[in-house]
Amino acid sequence: MSIVDTLIQGVLLGGLYALFALGQALMFGVMRLTNTAHGDFIILSAFAALAVVASGINPFIGGLVVLPLAFAVGYGLQRFPLNGTLGKDPLPSLVVTFGLSIVIQNLLMELFTADPRSIDSMGLNTGSVKLSDSLTIGVMPLLILALALACTMAMQWLFNSTQLGRSFRAVSDDPEVAQLMGLKSSHLYALATAIAFVLVALAGVLQAMRSTVSPTDGPALLLFAFEAVIIGGMGSFWGTFAGAMILGIAQQIGFRLDPGWGIWFGHIVFLTLLLFRPQGLMPKTR
Amino acid sequence: MSLLTTVQLKSYYGDFQALYGIDFRLEPGETVAIIGSNGAGKSTFLKTLVGLLKAPADAVQFEGKPIGSMAPGAIARLGLALVPEGRRLFASLSVEENLLMGAHSRRPGPWNLARVQQLFPILKERRSSPSTALSGGQQQMVAIGRALMSNPKVLLCDELSLGLAPIVIREIYQALPIICGEGVTAVIVEQDVTVARRVSQRLYCFQEGRVSLSANSDSVSKEQISKAYFGV
Repeated sequence: MSIVDTLIQGVLLGGLYALFALGQALMFGVMRLTNTAHGDFIILSAFAALAVVASGINPFIGGLVVLPLAFAVGYGLQRFPLNGTLGKDPLPSLVVTFGLSIVIQNLLMELFTADPRSIDSMGLNTGSVKLSDSLTIGVMPLLILALALACTMAMQWLFNSTQLGRSFRAVSDDPEVAQLMGLKSSHLYALATAIAFVLVALAGVLQAMRSTVSPTDGPALLLFAFEAVIIGGMGSFWGTFAGAMILGIAQQIGFRLDPGWGIWFGHIVFLTLLLFRPQGLMPKTR
Repeated sequence: MSLLTTVQLKSYYGDFQALYGIDFRLEPGETVAIIGSNGAGKSTFLKTLVGLLKAPADAVQFEGKPIGSMAPGAIARLGLALVPEGRRLFASLSVEENLLMGAHSRRPGPWNLARVQQLFPILKERRSSPSTALSGGQQQMVAIGRALMSNPKVLLCDELSLGLAPIVIREIYQALPIICGEGVTAVIVEQDVTVARRVSQRLYCFQEGRVSLSANSDSVSKEQISKAYFGV
């Protein structure tokens, strides 16, 4: 049963990584923008939810309150500073988001100190489902996996079957011709980031519920998100989901071999896949 | 009143000047061809008309309104549509999705998905195919259809025949009279002088960013054209 257990735990961890990565995949898919502050925004929204919940609100409602807030922040962030950094040269956007990463980490340190904190999940993170005598699954990881699946399906539907998704793809393919059709790229880019930030905030709240968050956790989360996106093939949501699964399973196998090997094993699998399939599993299949 | 006029239109790519004062006019209902060698400024001219390159407001007038400094989307809503050089279809969109993009800010008029698919039946047959899976001629039909979907008053076509076999070129140009029959005024940029003369009533020849000849297509002589084309 230990192999089955490892695989199941890997898939559950993969669900979390998929949630981390979907926003990144969306921003990269539409704008070719690598947001190096991605992980820090996950942590920032977790702390925003913590602050809301501290006022005595139900944690789940507190988490929901953060989502529209994240939408607004994402829209504003893209519309004003980030749109100005887009272009053939990827460096300006990398520098600006890297700067944001430092600002967010230090701001959170200042406001919340370096202590790890978590959001009360009202018993969800200790609840479990018993599959057999030797196998139980936590309710929280199961919920995260279900939400990751739902978000992946929703993003794929948005991109494939709605007018907004069509506009996202058009403006990503050829912004100049899209402009001729009357599309406003600055608005569409801002909408894409706004949606990405809702996914980011969801990931942040769930991360703070299932374990703890501290102000400097962001870069590690960015790394997992980035690995999932690249393994999957940039710009495809199911690819990102599959990439997150592979990363989650690889880390769990690593943990099983030696408790110190988990993260490292994930990186090794990532590098190996990069070597043999640099375009990713499902490049541009949306 | 002319539908579209330019007065001493100059255009630049950064510091590089590509157009040196183009005087151009387009009357409602006619088809005008622009010929000229590579680098003569034909594509630049069309790009400036649709707002992809900026010009002084007054240098381009559409139905008497200065549009030279307007944004491309606003110009499209007034009724100018470009079939860009090299087709520039949206690669991750299907054939039908490409056509629908053209209707994003559509004006009222006869053109819709069904009418475009009737004009080019292959676009209905292959509506779910990725646009990149089509042949060059079929892709050109998508590009024309996409432009028509906005119901333009003026259709600007940049090098429709580029890279296509003669038989395919003929097929595509057979659609032009049907399009014009719906009241669309057309500007055709074309390297093939014979084709350009056949489909148009008037023609302009560009040379090094200037108009070297403006004439009626059926009365202009070969000598006049080659002089204007090559400048000898």
